[in-house]
Amino acid sequence: MAYNIFTKAVLATGLTFAVSSAFAADVPVQSGASDGMLANTCAGCHGTNGNSTGPSAPTIAGYNPEYFKFSMAAFASGEFPSTIMGRIAKGYTEDEIAQMADFYAKQKFIPAKQEFDAAQAKKADKLHDKYCEKCHEDGGASPEDESGFLAGQWAPYLRMQLADYYAGSREPSKKMKKKMEELHEKAGDAGVEALVNYYASKQ
Amino acid sequence: MSITRRGFMQSVGAATAVGLIGAPHLALGASKKVVVVGGGTGGATAAKYIRMADPSIEVTLIEANEHYYTCYLSNEVLSDERSIDSIKFGYSGLQGHGVKVVHDTVSEIDAAGMVVKTKSGKSYGYDKCIVSPGISLNYGAIDGYSHEAAESIPHAWKAGPQTSLLRKQLHEMKDGGTFVIVAPPNPFRCPPGPYERASQVAMFMKAHKPNSKVLILDPKPAFSKKGLFEQAWKKFYGYGTDNSMITWKGTPSGSDDNVVSAVDVASKTVTTGFDDVKADVLNIIPPQMAGKVAIDSGLANDKGWCPVKLKTFESTLHKNIHVIGDSSVATGMPKSGYAANSQAKVTASAVIAMLNGQEPGIPSYVNTCYSIAGHNHGFSVAAVYKLAEDESKIVSVAGGLTPMDASEEQLRREVEFAYSWFNNVTNDAFG
Repeated sequence: MAYNIFTKAVLATGLTFAVSSAFAADVPVQSGASDGMLANTCAGCHGTNGNSTGPSAPTIAGYNPEYFKFSMAAFASGEFPSTIMGRIAKGYTEDEIAQMADFYAKQKFIPAKQEFDAAQAKKADKLHDKYCEKCHEDGGASPEDESGFLAGQWAPYLRMQLADYYAGSREPSKKMKKKMEELHEKAGDAGVEALVNYYASKQ
Repeated sequence: MSITRRGFMQSVGAATAVGLIGAPHLALGASKKVVVVGGGTGGATAAKYIRMADPSIEVTLIEANEHYYTCYLSNEVLSDERSIDSIKFGYSGLQGHGVKVVHDTVSEIDAAGMVVKTKSGKSYGYDKCIVSPGISLNYGAIDGYSHEAAESIPHAWKAGPQTSLLRKQLHEMKDGGTFVIVAPPNPFRCPPGPYERASQVAMFMKAHKPNSKVLILDPKPAFSKKGLFEQAWKKFYGYGTDNSMITWKGTPSGSDDNVVSAVDVASKTVTTGFDDVKADVLNIIPPQMAGKVAIDSGLANDKGWCPVKLKTFESTLHKNIHVIGDSSVATGMPKSGYAANSQAKVTASAVIAMLNGQEPGIPSYVNTCYSIAGHNHGFSVAAVYKLAEDESKIVSVAGGLTPMDASEEQLRREVEFAYSWFNNVTNDAFG
């Protein structure tokens, strides 16, 4: 089991989320939709059963449920930068998000079929082991990690997330920040791009 | 975490049990039949999702054309940002899900007899019929406009050959020409569409015909995403200056200033309440109604749209017929591709429940609508919806527009997400 990087963050954002998800609706509405009904609203952007046909929206099939809930809370609170997810995440209650998290955890993750640079991917093998593997186990393919899948995820999506981390608009955990800084010092932008190719190569 | 995982397994067990309730029909040797009329985004999604959730149901989809061209992102075909083939979809994906696909034109849905009849003389009995015919164009509202006139003055509001025709006219237009878009009155398919079209045409002109102009004649006092469009038009096309590439002429309520009442096809001249306007390329997007088959089958109200129960999309006029997408009066939701996709899933779930003698579940709906107004410049409106307690309307509980102060990077990413949404929603419907 990977180090539980998000437990504290989940607790910390829980309160913010409960407040921000208070509905703006001016009339009483019906709640109590099934897991599948709720989860199906994600599929237009994230693919049928959560397997995105890409390239910018991530696959959410097989997501660790804790990471799913944490992400939705972080989008709703604005802690995670986004174009559209922040607006949408506020539309679901904590219970509904837990239902969606359960649904997607049960779906089979299908690695994205995409092009990659084999030489770069090979080069990044060591970079992953050194800087990422501790938390993103099995080459970033373990559903036990309390994080999204990296292996087989869409490269343009990964690039965007990495750009946000390095720009400081998305705050990594302390440990992740340290490793990301070390990675960039050693391998530079080219190393980060090589890692993207490494994860894209896992098909 | 292990407790959570056990929880999942219980959910899986429960879901499987629900799925098996359809089995008694099989035991009786009479599988339930669903006929879907119309193979656009709504119809395709409904057919697929019924088969995915309950393969014991026999689903037949009847669609006249062998390919469907999405209206969404078709404006990019005009500017050569994408090819016509990139918005073209076939039905082999649905066949892979066990949907029987029939290429024929539906002539009548006989609600009393519960049978769908086609022009080739075939009949398809149903337990539930899902009608998703998109829109029909009310040519008669503009004197001189007709189905035949649309061969030289395209509407391009149903994508495909009409899109290619309008593209050809734009590309052949002389530099210095005027491209006139006649916008429709509410309600209509894709509320931001005419204004995205103006943007894409201007984008093309800026690169290839820089002395040309786009003029929008609008019967409305305002339009969808107006602030965001005008902001983009100022940034790219000189909007608001004497030399603006785009001019929007709206109509205050109570006036008929820019309401087009007639067209002279030969001279490409339209008559408004105020003036005659001559175009080099004329694009008339006429007033709209529910798809013809829905109107012909008595599913529409006196305004030409189909009233439905918002929980199940079952027609309030005819039992066991569900109308989804642009044709339906989905009070609270816009007429968009993603809305049709979302309504199709709500309806698929309701139809399965009703066929299995169960109460339909509580619905959840969503819509996202992207517009691309310039290179690396996109924006969106999004909403998550729930059904009002009294079931009188679909209520947006969250969502909203791209903020007016969005950064360049956010606007660039909205374009990326628009393309990603396109890939996913079309695969969700046709894949």
